[in-house]
Amino acid sequence: MTLRAQHAPLPGKKGRAEGTFYWRYVMEPWLYLSPAIILIGLVMLVPLAIGISYSFQSIELLRPMNTGWVGFENYGDLVEDRKFWKSLRNTLWWTFGSVGFQFALGLGLALLLNTQFYGKRLIQPLVFLPWAVPTFLSALTWAWLFNPVIGPLPHWLAALGVLSEPYNILGDPDLAMWGPIAANVWYGVPFFAITLLAALQSIPGELYEAAEIDGATGWQCFTKITLPFLAPMIAITVMLRTIWIANFADLIFVMTGGGPANSTQILSSYIFTTAFRKLDFGYASTIAVALLFFLLIFAAILLAIRRKLVRI
Amino acid sequence: MAVLRKPSPLRVAGKYGALAFYVAFALFPLYWLLKIALTPDQLIYSEGTKLWPGAATLENFRIVLFQSDFLAYFRNSVFVSLTTAAATTLIAAGAGYAFSRFHFRGKRALVAVMLVTQMFPLLMIIAPIYKIVAAIGLLNSLTSLIIVYTAFNIPFATFLMQSFFDGIPKDLEEAAMMDGCTRFQALRKVIVPLTLPGLGATLGFVFTAAWSELLFALMLINSNDTMTFPVGLLTFVSKFSVDWGQMMAAGVLALVPSCLFFVFIQRYLVQGLTSGAVKG
Repeated sequence: MTLRAQHAPLPGKKGRAEGTFYWRYVMEPWLYLSPAIILIGLVMLVPLAIGISYSFQSIELLRPMNTGWVGFENYGDLVEDRKFWKSLRNTLWWTFGSVGFQFALGLGLALLLNTQFYGKRLIQPLVFLPWAVPTFLSALTWAWLFNPVIGPLPHWLAALGVLSEPYNILGDPDLAMWGPIAANVWYGVPFFAITLLAALQSIPGELYEAAEIDGATGWQCFTKITLPFLAPMIAITVMLRTIWIANFADLIFVMTGGGPANSTQILSSYIFTTAFRKLDFGYASTIAVALLFFLLIFAAILLAIRRKLVRI
Repeated sequence: MAVLRKPSPLRVAGKYGALAFYVAFALFPLYWLLKIALTPDQLIYSEGTKLWPGAATLENFRIVLFQSDFLAYFRNSVFVSLTTAAATTLIAAGAGYAFSRFHFRGKRALVAVMLVTQMFPLLMIIAPIYKIVAAIGLLNSLTSLIIVYTAFNIPFATFLMQSFFDGIPKDLEEAAMMDGCTRFQALRKVIVPLTLPGLGATLGFVFTAAWSELLFALMLINSNDTMTFPVGLLTFVSKFSVDWGQMMAAGVLALVPSCLFFVFIQRYLVQGLTSGAVKG
């Protein structure tokens, strides 16, 4: 107690003491934060504002004469662009397909890793390893696995009767999306497993012991204790992951480039190919603003649902 | 938990079966990568899809290392990733410290902005960044990549560092300051030694993120001298699409630094993935 009394600023003592007080509690944090703020501002926020302004301009590096403000012309083109609407549908398929499988497999893995078994110290890092594989390499590896010349998957799928003959599903407009989704599931399961495992380990063990004494079955323990405890973590992880995956273009760009016939083009890969291959920055920014708009709607719906659930 | 109940042998078998499935699922693609990299060229078409190669050779690795530009790409990538990791960790340590130890006006807004930067489509700024970088004459330079990657990773690394600082009791530095240290001395002599594992983990996370970044590197770099490994590998793949063995040998090379850092940051995965909450 005496120590704390000494440490508190003495009333009535002004001048230099107040100067250091001001310095310590008002200015000092900004000093530590300034490099981060400056970099984020210059490299992310300013370009973000410029990017939004691009969507109202015509900026095509391949046609430099054709530059200037065009109002909502890009947005008009967007509404009539069939490729855009197709990419939007594909984005939904890609995102919810990936998140669904990642979550189901990740939850299974987390539940397994939360039990005791032989060799856990070795197995745990092994199953988490795909998380550390660089995304471009995951994409290439899975593209190669689907290639009938050097990959086993087409032959296995044909043997199982899924495919009529061993061909590359990445070249089949009806099936191509499953290629990047498979790669994404492989890459994303560890993420869900790790975050859900952390949540599982925070559930107090006494709850299970009490349930055990009351004669609860394993399934009852899972639905009445585990799931309710996990629910908040599941909700936030799934929501953030959904947004992240909707923005995630690397796998699709490397594996299919959006093809064949745009059957795997999602909004984010469409943004990238428009900017990178066509160098049409105005239109790429317009698609990006549209994607941002859909993500905001998605987040707003989720927040509304959450508010409703919390009230009940 | 199940520990109290005697599990039936069927359930135990099911559990180990499920674990075996997960291990196989995680490792099989990487095994395949290594297998094709080791298969001699003349065998690839005859036994390309066999589970075990009939013969093994290091020829592909020799070609990739000594008769291609991959070693240069590798050096570029190591330079970019290490510099990015060091700069990001330093800057994020400052910001994380401020978030952990101070209450100040605007803190909530700042945290919100940092969270939002993790969620909006990064590709949205690829065109403006290209124009800006071109305007200041930094296209095809590794410096531009380092600056861009550092900014991208700061928010996540800041939250991670904050979680490490939060784990160190405030009393420690207050005691040091009461004994006559300035805050900076207290930071250097008390906090930094305790945060070393956290600094190391942050370094590792940022390194792996920078190592695998592809799309901005593709946009900003197109000269062979300054290509990073992902850009170099993708260019090679589109040019020599049937040199399977060499492509995969290069792929194995790309895996090496990630795996090294993975071993290193493995213990901090939970903290890293939950504090940023949004980092792939």
